[in-house]
Amino acid sequence: MLARIKQFLGIGAKPKEVPKEEVEKVAEEKAKPRIGYVHLSGCTGDIMSLSENYDILAELLTNMVDIVYGQTLADVWEMPEMDLVLVEGSVCLQDEHSVKELKEAREKAGLVVAFGSCAATGCFTRYSRGGQQARPDHESFVPIADLVKVDCAIPGCPPSPEIIAKTVVAVINGDMDYLQPMIDLAGYTEACGCDLQYKVVNQALCIGCGTCAMACQTRALTMTDGRPELTSARCVKCGICYVQCPRSWWPADRIKQDLGL
Amino acid sequence: MVLGTYKEVVTARSTDKEIQKIAQDGGIVSALFCYALEEKLIDGAVVAGPGKDFWKPEPMVAQTADEILAAAGTKYTFSPNVLMLKKAVRQYGLEKVGTVAIPCQTMGIRKMQSYPFGVRFLADKIALVTGIFCMENFPFASLQTFISEKMGVSPELVEKMDIGKGKFWVHTADDVLSIPLKETHGYEQSGCKVCLDYVAELADVSTGSVGSPDGWSTVFTRTDAGETVFKAAVEAGVIETKPVDTGKFGLEILTKLATQKKEKAMKEIDRRKSMGLPVPYKASSEKEDPLANV
Ligand SMILES: Cc1cc2nc3c(=O)[nH]c(=O)nc-3n(C[C@H](O)[C@H](O)[C@H](O)COP(=O)(O)OP(=O)(O)OC[C@H]3O[C@@H](n4cnc5c(N)ncnc54)[C@H](O)[C@@H]3O)c2cc1C
Ligand code: SF4
Ligand code: SF4
Ligand code: SF4
Repeated sequence: MLARIKQFLGIGAKPKEVPKEEVEKVAEEKAKPRIGYVHLSGCTGDIMSLSENYDILAELLTNMVDIVYGQTLADVWEMPEMDLVLVEGSVCLQDEHSVKELKEAREKAGLVVAFGSCAATGCFTRYSRGGQQARPDHESFVPIADLVKVDCAIPGCPPSPEIIAKTVVAVINGDMDYLQPMIDLAGYTEACGCDLQYKVVNQALCIGCGTCAMACQTRALTMTDGRPELTSARCVKCGICYVQCPRSWWPADRIKQDLGL
Repeated sequence: MVLGTYKEVVTARSTDKEIQKIAQDGGIVSALFCYALEEKLIDGAVVAGPGKDFWKPEPMVAQTADEILAAAGTKYTFSPNVLMLKKAVRQYGLEKVGTVAIPCQTMGIRKMQSYPFGVRFLADKIALVTGIFCMENFPFASLQTFISEKMGVSPELVEKMDIGKGKFWVHTADDVLSIPLKETHGYEQSGCKVCLDYVAELADVSTGSVGSPDGWSTVFTRTDAGETVFKAAVEAGVIETKPVDTGKFGLEILTKLATQKKEKAMKEIDRRKSMGLPVPYKASSEKEDPLANV
């Protein structure tokens, strides 16, 4: 996995803090990475969030990458070979087109990224039980990792513009250390607010900091007696509370680097 | 380095008599926030404000000096301050937020800033994280046990609580009571037992009582932002400083306590890992510096 990402980035060892001019130079010299966007069952929030990065996006889209596939993004029908594909949305098992597109994306892309919580964890599509117009048979929506191998995940409902920008910068700089948690998160496909109880409180790890309740976008979490309390009817199973909890995983070195400590 | 990376360490206190009177130690947290508010370096600060029950704090967004002062003093139970940061920005519309944070809260904040997966437009609005030292924290019921049962005081009479010199202290209007710290053992929250940070290593500025005389605080400036605010507050005369005691009652005791906390936590981390329990930190065999907060 690591080797494949490195190959994609065209690096052997990880370079340190590359200055901007140099990045641009390398980007000019190297063939531009070919990126695809596959939109399955999601609300388009993820790509909206991406497009909020106006300041870096122009440079990115014009000079650093080639968007070679994607509804509304590229005028192509046949899926080409891609270095990286971002997949938004979960996959509906009854929808043969979605299943086929996802499988094809896996075959044609070097790296598959589950972009946003629907692709990564299923998110609110986990609640689907079918029986709705126009396709009452569309019942089962699962994270894409249930069907294909996923290389890295960027959860969020939607992922913040900032995490997208940081990820892009890390990819361009070949900063593997920054991407490692996202590689690890590819395996986190069954998410729920109750993870806080199972994986933090039950494991004698919770310290009542309130980060989970701060991070929850649906206000499904409150803090009661210093512990998170879940209103499950509000939970969309995005997994963000657990992902942001300081007791789930701890990126100490990156934090120190970011703070200059 | 058990005291974390820092630029400078000093002994300091607020020069404001009112703050001196109500603050836990040197009033550094309150003085810094009041100064930063006044100078518009922040437009609000998250603090542990009074809650419905005596000594059970509720995080609150303070936007005036009076509100900062109403939250002064240490409460030895949970105040999930990190939760309020988003409200400070979304509901109160703040652009530059300060917050007081015990070390583990600092960790939640810093992780969010480095990896803001699901948190939008907040990371860069955190302008000042004032960290406070922390050995452990207690569920509210544990506090009730100490105060009501072990000391026989009713909570509404308590004016101040403190931990120091091996004891848990309670001040009332006309009495000072204490129990030895070993009587509090077993009442801490379990999550603290794997905590590797005593002195808020990731804050902009961190402060605590240990290492300085009564009524004064020990202060570390850590980040550039922290150094700038603290120096400005000293220059403006709202905080006075003196050199920190490097001897037995100064940095020596602080270093000793930090080391003890980390060594104990490492033992517990290794023990839990050997049982197959999850811990987000590395086992001692996996890291270069066994006492680093990684
Ligand atoms: C649980 C706990 C354990 C501590 N353990 C130690 C220790 O072992 N050694 C040591 O030297 N110092 C310790 N401290 C710090 C110390 O008690 C003082 O809070 C610190 O020195 C700041 O004092 P001050 O006079 O500068 O602050 P003040 O001006 O009195 O302000 C204190 C600030 O802390 C906030 N606060 C109070 N309680 C909490 C809480 N539970 N969570 C988050 N914020 C809170 C208040 O809202 C206020 O803004 C601990 C603090 C806490 C909360
Ligand atoms: S984020 Fe903090 S309060 Fe929430 S589960 Fe994790 S440790 Fe507990
Ligand atoms: S509690 Fe909130 S953050 Fe956690 S999974 Fe549910 S919706 Fe997402
Ligand atoms: S000991 Fe650590 S985990 Fe416990 S309250 Fe203090 S900072 Fe938080």
